Order: sequence, then structure tokens, then C-alpha cells
Amino acid sequence: MKILVCISKAPDTTSKIAFSEENTKFDENGVQFIVNPYDEWYALVRALEIKEAGGGQVTIITVGGASDDAIIRKALAIGADDAVRVDSEAKDAYYTAMQISSYAKENNYDLILTGKETINYNGSQVAGMIAAELDVPFVSLASKLDVNGSTLTVEREIVGGIQVVELNAPAVISCAKGMAEQRIPNMRGIMAARTKPLNVVAAQEIDNLTEFVSYALPNAKSAVKMIDPENMDELVELLHKEAKVI
Amino acid sequence: MILVYINSSNGISKSSYESITYGKKLGDVIALTNGGASSDDLASLGQYGASKVLVDRTINGDDQQQLTKLIASAVENNSVKTVVFSHDLVGKSVAPMLSVRLKAGLVSGAISLPDAEGCVDVNVFSGKALGKVKVSSEIKIISLLPNSIQPEENGSACPVEEITADTGVPSIKVLSTKKPEGEIPLPEAELVVSAGRGLKGPENWGMVEDLAVSLGAATACSRPVADIGWRPHHEHVGQTGVAIRPNLYIAIGISGAIQHLAGVNGSKVIVVINTDPEAPFFKAADYGIIGDAFEVVPRLNEAVNKFKAS
Repeated sequence: MKILVCISKAPDTTSKIAFSEENTKFDENGVQFIVNPYDEWYALVRALEIKEAGGGQVTIITVGGASDDAIIRKALAIGADDAVRVDSEAKDAYYTAMQISSYAKENNYDLILTGKETINYNGSQVAGMIAAELDVPFVSLASKLDVNGSTLTVEREIVGGIQVVELNAPAVISCAKGMAEQRIPNMRGIMAARTKPLNVVAAQEIDNLTEFVSYALPNAKSAVKMIDPENMDELVELLHKEAKVI
Repeated sequence: MILVYINSSNGISKSSYESITYGKKLGDVIALTNGGASSDDLASLGQYGASKVLVDRTINGDDQQQLTKLIASAVENNSVKTVVFSHDLVGKSVAPMLSVRLKAGLVSGAISLPDAEGCVDVNVFSGKALGKVKVSSEIKIISLLPNSIQPEENGSACPVEEITADTGVPSIKVLSTKKPEGEIPLPEAELVVSAGRGLKGPENWGMVEDLAVSLGAATACSRPVADIGWRPHHEHVGQTGVAIRPNLYIAIGISGAIQHLAGVNGSKVIVVINTDPEAPFFKAADYGIIGDAFEVVPRLNEAVNKFKAS
């Protein structure tokens, strides 16, 4: 099975979030970038497991500048066969999805996997957009994926429950917790990643549909009010009269 | 015209009324749904501002491509300028597909109405910051985060019109569906009781569940607890779990690592119960109790029951 895994660069989960240029840009100063955890832990590792069980090829793709090569090498070290970088800053989800779709159209993948969302923009947009552009079925928030020939059996989250569905490849699937276990790259993988093909392709001309015009940090909380552990009646009264939440 | 897509597969939920209320603040609202919900239930959307409800009873909504075609045809037939979704499974899967089909910019997880410049606020960096999104396309799509707006009832039941759109054949076949009975879905819950490793073992969750039942709250947990299998994964809140914004979040025996806070700091009021006075969670809390959960939680439950009875 020929699998394309879409990965994105994201700030490490412990990063302090700050903004520059009058709150219009994310301040990358001192920020460590990682492969977006949903893309790495779930989409990429499951793709590798499918390949290990039934053969095939796992290609990773990202839209970004040369500074993204570090996270691409990490994904190659975990085990992807080759990588594609569309050489452009990702302007918005639509722009990113159209770049990936344009590459995918020329290369006929059986399966396109993404994480369920990125941890920086949390949009859950790119996977569905790729599916729509390629006009193939889309299953979102998948927690299990089994492949039997060209039949895909997927467990997915639905509103208030879990559903098992069946469909035929080609398809786009966004991956959530449960799909696979995180893999730590070993030394052999890291060495091999240095020589694996990283294909840099030029971006298509596409207009973005949305733009982040500014950012803000949430309002700081006022000081915590400590309550005597013996006096839970007081807490209930405060929640009712002061906070008005019960 | 504003089109609000309603997921009525489990009946009409509070988030449906929130989406209609949101749409009504932008203009005249038509609601669109599919499947088998009763016409009386659907007509209740009128009380929140829908002028009519369109329902396509021929598709059940399991296939995202069919839903996309249904919504796109309603947009074309009704000169719709803005489509509103609730940011649930449909908002996360169908809204992006519709965005491509209509070349309409999508705001995912909106938490505000558009401002004077048409910009909408969303949570970014998993709740650690807010971003303002501007949409440049003529048609706009907004997927609204649950609990971001209070439903406002100000009208009366509206007409329900059955429609049939050309949605083709489904490409997704449903083999089975599991829906837990009686539980309050976490993303929509107004009150949430959550616990972490401080509880020492899964057998100690009884008091957490008791408190949740007394309050009418949903239960949640921290990541380590889900990872070691004490609680199901769908209860895990935090950066890599569910992000929630309830009115009240009670955290029991959770230290408050930055990744956990990211998933809950949209909560209006946070109560932290922890034995460790240095727990970082106290810095993000509105009310703090330093004490042993095994004593404090049953005492709090008793106080809540007393309050409810009064």
C-alpha cells in the first residue's frame, strides 16, 4: 500500500507561548520545534505498521521552509521511506491542503493519513480539505485502522460515541489517540535518515482564504482564593453566590 | 442568509441552540439537518431564531461526502453567505470539505462573534493563546466551539420543510455504533469533575463519580491516568486530549502541568483540590483547597447534596 503521511511542525508542548511584531507573529525565539504529536505518534507510526505487515511505501509530506528539514529527518528516522517538502510557508489550512492535494494527484496514493489536528492551530482542517479536493472518502478522528487488501476498517469518534466503518481505498483518514504507540527513533534509524531522499518541490500558486491578523494571551487569573478543607459548605456557597456556576 | 447545520442524530442538543443563537446574531437563519429527528424537535429551533428548518430524511450523515453535497446544495439554493457548524465531529470533518467545495474560508473552533472588521476569535496553541482570524472569501464558514455563547430563546416554533438533495451513494458503510448511555458528553458539559494520579488507583473513582452525579457534571481525567488505563481515553483532557471550556472545572489530585492546563484554561471557574500546596495548578485556580482528596471530596459531595436539597 502506498501511503502519504502529512506532517506539520509544532512547538514543543512545554513551550512558552509569546508573540512578536505587535502580536501578529508567533515568537519562535527559544522555541523547540517537534513533529506535531498527532502526526507522529498516530498517523506516521500506524502507516509504518501497515507497511511492515503488508508491504508498500510510506512517504511524508510537509509544507514549509528549509527550517522544517529537521523535523522531516526526525520522521525519516522513525522509519518513513522518503519525504517531500513543498517549499513555501504554510499560509493557511486551505493553502496547505491544496499544495498537498496537488502533489498527491500526480502520485496516486492508496491512503493519506494526518493527525487529527495540530497542537498550534488546532483547526482539524487540512485532512478534510485534501479529501474534498481529491474527491475521496474522509474518515476523521480515527482511533483504529485495519487494512485488508483495499478495504479499510476504521474505528472513529462520533458525537457521543464510537463507530466502526468500512470503506475502500483511496481515502483520507485523520488519526487520534489509540491508533498506535509512539516510537522513539533508534541510532540506526537516525543514521539511515540522513541519506533518505528529501524531495523539495516548488509550491503552486494558490490564494489563502483565511489569515490570522493578531494574537493575544488569555487574561491572567486573579489570585486564587484558598478555602478551609473542613468547610466545603463555604465552597458550595461561593460557587453559587460569587461564581454563579451552580 | 445564514445557514446553520444541525447534527440531530442524537436529538437536538444544547450546542444546536447555541449555533442557532450565534447565527441569529449574524442575520436571518435557516437550519439544515438530515436523518430521523422528529419534526416537533426540529421545529423547536425556531424558538432560538431559525425561520425554517430544512431536513433531508434520505441520508443519515455517516458519510461526510454526502453531507458536504447536501450542505453545498442548500447554500446554493438559498444564497447563503455564512454557514455555521457546531465544532463537533461534523464541524471537524464536513466543514473543511465544504470549505474546498465552496472555496469558502473556514474559522475552526470560533469562540466569539465577528468583530467590526469581521474577525473571529479562536483558541490557538491548544488554549494557551487566542488568535483573530480574518476570512477573505465571499462565503464564510464558522465552526463554533461548544459553550461559547448562551442560547437565547426569543421566538416560536418554525416550519419544517422536507428536502431531497442529490447526494449520490454513500462510500462509507457503518458496521457498528456504540453510544454510552446516560453520560454527559465532555465537550458540551457545563460542569466537569476531573481527577488525576493523586487518587492512587482506579478503584477510588467512586467518590469522583458520586460528586459528578450530585452536581450533574461530566467526569474527566488527566493524561497519565488515561495512559495507564485507569480511565477511558475519551475522558482525557489536556493538550493531546479533549480541550474543554465548562463553567466549572473541579480538579482533584491533578498537579496542573502546562499540557493539562492548555486543555482546561478556557473554563470559567476552576477549583483545585490537592495535598501539595506547591502544585502549579493553584496558580490557575479560582478556588483552592489544600487537603486530602479522600476526605475533602466526600465532604464536598455532602455539601453539594445539602445545597441541592435546600
